Amino acid sequence: MSIEVRSISKTFGNFTALHDISLTVPNGELVALLGPSGCGKTTLLRIIAGLEQPDPGSGQILFYDEDVVDRSVGERQVGFVFQHYALFRHMTVFDNVAFGLQVKPRRERRSKGEIRDRVMELLRLIQLESQASRFPSQLSGGQRQRVALARALATEPKVLLLDEPFGALDAKVRMELRRWLRRLHDEIHVTSVFVTHDQEEALEVADQVVVMNQGRVEQVGTPTEVYDHPANPFVYSFLGNVNLFHGRIDVGHAHFDSIRVDLPPVRPALDRTVVGYVRPHDIEVSRTCSSDEEIEAVVSHIHGAGGMPRLELERLDNHERVEAELTRDRFRELALQVGERVFIRPKSMRVFVEGQPLDYQI
Amino acid sequence: MAGTVALRKQPLPDVTSPVGAQKPWIKWLLVSLTLGFLTLFLFVPLTAVFTEALRKGIAAYFASFNDPAALAAIKLTLITAAIAVPLNLVFGLAAAWAIAKFNFVGRNLLITLIDLPFAVSPVISGLIYVLLFGLQGWLGPWLAEHDLKVIFAVPGIVLATIFVTFPFVARELIPLMQEQGSEEEQAALVLGANGWQTFWRVTLPNVKWALLYGVILCNARAMGEFGAVSVVSGHIRGQTNTIPLHVEILYNEYNFVAAFAVASLLAILALLTLAAKSLVEWQVRRQAAETLEPTAAED
Repeated sequence: MSIEVRSISKTFGNFTALHDISLTVPNGELVALLGPSGCGKTTLLRIIAGLEQPDPGSGQILFYDEDVVDRSVGERQVGFVFQHYALFRHMTVFDNVAFGLQVKPRRERRSKGEIRDRVMELLRLIQLESQASRFPSQLSGGQRQRVALARALATEPKVLLLDEPFGALDAKVRMELRRWLRRLHDEIHVTSVFVTHDQEEALEVADQVVVMNQGRVEQVGTPTEVYDHPANPFVYSFLGNVNLFHGRIDVGHAHFDSIRVDLPPVRPALDRTVVGYVRPHDIEVSRTCSSDEEIEAVVSHIHGAGGMPRLELERLDNHERVEAELTRDRFRELALQVGERVFIRPKSMRVFVEGQPLDYQI
Repeated sequence: MAGTVALRKQPLPDVTSPVGAQKPWIKWLLVSLTLGFLTLFLFVPLTAVFTEALRKGIAAYFASFNDPAALAAIKLTLITAAIAVPLNLVFGLAAAWAIAKFNFVGRNLLITLIDLPFAVSPVISGLIYVLLFGLQGWLGPWLAEHDLKVIFAVPGIVLATIFVTFPFVARELIPLMQEQGSEEEQAALVLGANGWQTFWRVTLPNVKWALLYGVILCNARAMGEFGAVSVVSGHIRGQTNTIPLHVEILYNEYNFVAAFAVASLLAILALLTLAAKSLVEWQVRRQAAETLEPTAAED
């Protein structure tokens, strides 16, 4: 394992930012730390980098099986990319990238020519060769972030850590840059950890996603695993939009109003309230009622733009709001108007009992 | 004097306020008021200094400097500035760095204390030193025992000058360093730079113009300080007189040509300071303009 975090805790005054976190990052992978703001993901990243210290005696950080907790940030040989780039404003792009090579002790430092070759190689990698003599202020946000990345890679770090690397960019550049980062990672294979609060970004770019909440790790898995098999309600709702259906547990079943769900026999809990979670794209909408498991609703809003048109619906039985996403074809076929009555049915529902998942597909 | 430090050297905003646009006479009224005020209180006295100094011809003007007492005063002023300015540069940098880059108990108190010399009258500043080091002061008897002279001697003048001028560098640097934050320093440390390299290669270049600006103001004040120095100096001719004190003595002796000639040195210093200050401001503004320049959106 390239990075191993063993029971690390961090408190700021009364506030516990990290509760006994353990985590492993396999060699050469790109791992996302995903969570809402304030969940401790940036603190964890900064502790891995050595920019922040864990609580005394709380645990270990291992790089390639070596404990680095007592090493200073400069000795850990990490590359760190800051959210707001933190480029040296008075240095050219070239000098920024060369910095890590130039400050090495004399006996480790490479010759001027070698440094120059290495920097130009990196500038080629980030496609900014022609901008070598410019200053950071003369670059766009995306270009600055690429320079920051090249600067971090210049010293050939053992691990690359990125703190919300695309957070300060606008939507389009953000998407382009994260795809570029993925391709770059496939080329150079340096073990990388990046922090993000954007679930789309994490699911698209990472090999592994670590979902965090309130200083704890909620789930670790591949993007498909965490999306399709969320470990608990938090992960489920954080990874996408959800509709909630409230119901009760009966012998062998759960009832969500007219919908009856068969439960696996292992759960004997009786007469409990349960919540069923349904993604908007798992809500089937139709004009006609085809079974008694359907719920009647009124269309209250239509968002027709985009690849997945969205409907906002209001249930007639309990007036709760339900969001449904349709394919464009289905949307055109239905040609719904605001105020129309429709029938909805969850195609797939996830039921959690006492925070534990009970997989159920309709 | 204290007011000048508050003026930040941001690029001036383009003033096209609705008021100004609608009523051009307001603009002209304000401009002429300002110019009239400046003429009355700045240009006229400045001209008077040079006219009086040259009243008896250029030879008499230069003869005023050929007096041992005048030369001693010039020398003492230079020595005082040469000690006070570097010390305040180091102090200002250290204080600004501590305040801008670290969080510690008493940080706000320190910021307030740095302003203290601006808040108290220079005469009081001088009196504090007399109370501390004077013969009747707290440390006076001990100093006398060891045959050390502070008050009515050069050390007292230097101490008073340092006290009066220490806010200048710190006040210039604190807002800038706070605005810049410490991310660049962190980046340097991650890249393997040690503390010294980080300071010389990252922190210092980022604040060099503000630092120079602070030093210029600090120097001007160090050479021109009257009140605090007057209290601790004792006015011993040829020994503890700085230029401003020497001017006062000459004036009191009705030696007007010499008084104004020596005063003209301070006036020239002020003009040079203004020129240097404008140059630095121009540099700072140019840098700011570079930052504000529309970025090349090539992504």
